[in-house]
Amino acid sequence: MSITLRVNGTEHHVDVDPEMPLLWVLRDVLNLTGTKYGCGEALCGACTVHVDGHVVRSCVMPIRRAEGTSVTTIEGLSPDGSHPLQKAWVEMGVPQCGFCQAGQIMTAAGLLKKFPRPTDEQIDQSLAGNLCRCGTYTRIRAAIKAMAGDKS
Amino acid sequence: MKPARTMWVVLGVLASACSAKRPVTLPSVDRNHLREAAAFSVIEDETERSRALFLEASRVLLHPRCVNCHPSGDVPLQGMDMRPHDPPVTRGPENNGVVGMECGGCHQDRNLAHARVPGAPNWHVAPLEMAWVGKSPREICEQLKDPKRNGGKSLAQIVEHNAHDKLVGWGWEPGHGREPAPGTQARFGAIVAAWVDTGAECPAEGVSP
Repeated sequence: MSITLRVNGTEHHVDVDPEMPLLWVLRDVLNLTGTKYGCGEALCGACTVHVDGHVVRSCVMPIRRAEGTSVTTIEGLSPDGSHPLQKAWVEMGVPQCGFCQAGQIMTAAGLLKKFPRPTDEQIDQSLAGNLCRCGTYTRIRAAIKAMAGDKS
Repeated sequence: MKPARTMWVVLGVLASACSAKRPVTLPSVDRNHLREAAAFSVIEDETERSRALFLEASRVLLHPRCVNCHPSGDVPLQGMDMRPHDPPVTRGPENNGVVGMECGGCHQDRNLAHARVPGAPNWHVAPLEMAWVGKSPREICEQLKDPKRNGGKSLAQIVEHNAHDKLVGWGWEPGHGREPAPGTQARFGAIVAAWVDTGAECPAEGVSP
């Protein structure tokens, strides 16, 4: 089945099984490996991307549901890694092993788009589905707050 | 007591016993099935029949497959033990989660066989005014009839919703070995329709199926 979708602003036609998860298409077909495979069951958030502006877990989204959509991955957040969130991540030294961080940043970007100055509660609720085995949660929250203009 | 008087007392007791309504016995049913709406025709009194039909419907309404997404707080439940949803999601302003944790960010339009994530169109949590957790059949009955607490639906729309809505229907096809709600959606829809047809009466407080 041929599926047409835009990924990071570029239109793609992919001929795959309609039930193939979007994540597999991104990583194995389009070679966009910034988005990670964690659990495959929408339980860890490593595969988080945006589809038409919504934060979704790409490991469980059949590609048929992405037909005609616009997908943004970590590679598309900014072409050169200069998105304010990415800069805040570097400045605060957020990542440890880094595996979950693309998902963390994509969820944080979705949050900040809706709430430019989120409360701690909003950050905790929105990122509750993004797990970090290294326990970088406090630095993630600090980086989001820093980007939102809260230096505390 | 004189023999003649004793005889009249005995006759009186017998007469009142014969004139009293005999208790109606509905066909037995196991926990995974629903009685047919027609089975309730043995209850002659229409009001009582209507109440009995709602009690039968409440076996579905209060099943974890259904009640888990009608929470009384901001967190949906999951599993037969009705534990809080994991990952930890919250209701959000539109009952479909919060940014980053929207219901549709994980739940698709159908069940996922491999990832085991349950799915149906428009997956969301019932609004707080439609909460069922912790409520009695009577309370839920009154709630269902109240347009302020049923999404502005008429009784005919309640019947249609229960009989054909796909998210409601997920309760009977929950996927991945989950226990379905009792019976079938078609039989449940027929019971709700019969309840409405008999006056949509609510069972007394404290009565459960």
